[in-house]
Amino acid sequence: MWNYEKRLQYPVNITTPNAKVAQFIMSQYGGPDGEIGASMRYLSQRFTMPNRTAVAVLNDIGTEELAHLEMVSTIVHQLTRNLSMEEIENSGLGPYYIDHTVGIWPQAAGGIPFNACEFQSKGDPVTDLFEDLAAEQKARSTYDNILRVVGNMPEVADPIRFLRAREIVHFQRFGEALRSVQEQLDSRNFYAFNPGFDMPCKAECDQS
Amino acid sequence: MKNGENINSRKQFLKKLNEVSFAVDDLLLYLDTHPTDPKALELFTQVSSRRNHLLKEYSSLYGPLTIDSATDSDLSTWQWAQQPFPWEQEGGCR
Repeated sequence: MWNYEKRLQYPVNITTPNAKVAQFIMSQYGGPDGEIGASMRYLSQRFTMPNRTAVAVLNDIGTEELAHLEMVSTIVHQLTRNLSMEEIENSGLGPYYIDHTVGIWPQAAGGIPFNACEFQSKGDPVTDLFEDLAAEQKARSTYDNILRVVGNMPEVADPIRFLRAREIVHFQRFGEALRSVQEQLDSRNFYAFNPGFDMPCKAECDQS
Repeated sequence: MKNGENINSRKQFLKKLNEVSFAVDDLLLYLDTHPTDPKALELFTQVSSRRNHLLKEYSSLYGPLTIDSATDSDLSTWQWAQQPFPWEQEGGCR
């Protein structure tokens, strides 16, 4: 169960709209390595983790990602306020504008709509945690790509830098979660069975 | 709690918390569109303070359900992650 807090995790206050940059940054909302995919990935994968540490890491990072998608949509929203028709047409935002005006809708920078194939939920904790490590690095790379474009726009770059830094923290925590799973497996063969399916009780977990 | 005692009383407690929490959920939607209804405001005040009280008490007895009540439980270790998740049926992560 979730409750909403009426605040952003890190403040966003963009005073100069920029339609082109909005189109780039919306990829971190609904693109292949965006925050919707991140959140849905972790919140879906939680259920087959074999110990509570791994479940908790997925649960709590998946929750934080919801706050990140709110930040990214805030950035896109503030970048697309008060645009003139000329700016919309010249910036390349035209096709998006035709379908969505300047409403928030999840798509990649190249226009590909969000779909669930942006993430996996394999039901195998080792497989899933490796995907999560890669996902955090892919999101970090995307933020690096964005930062090369917005480096001279401090009010955009500042919250993007915060989001980028969180990817690195999440990568670290997922590494620790993976270690917690592997430490409960046989190091001679981590793949002898799927701890999320074949022997779900093998890993130790507090009874309550 | 750790040895499996009090599972029934924990479940009873959780049932009370679920009921009062749903009252909060439903009243907040009603109040979003009826922000000056005095009866709803009065009822919200009652159920919200009951919920906050129960969350604190639950945390001290069994461990935290929300991060803001995490300090109401024994903090010699981080209990938040080790509480059973709501889809578990048998304990031991199942």
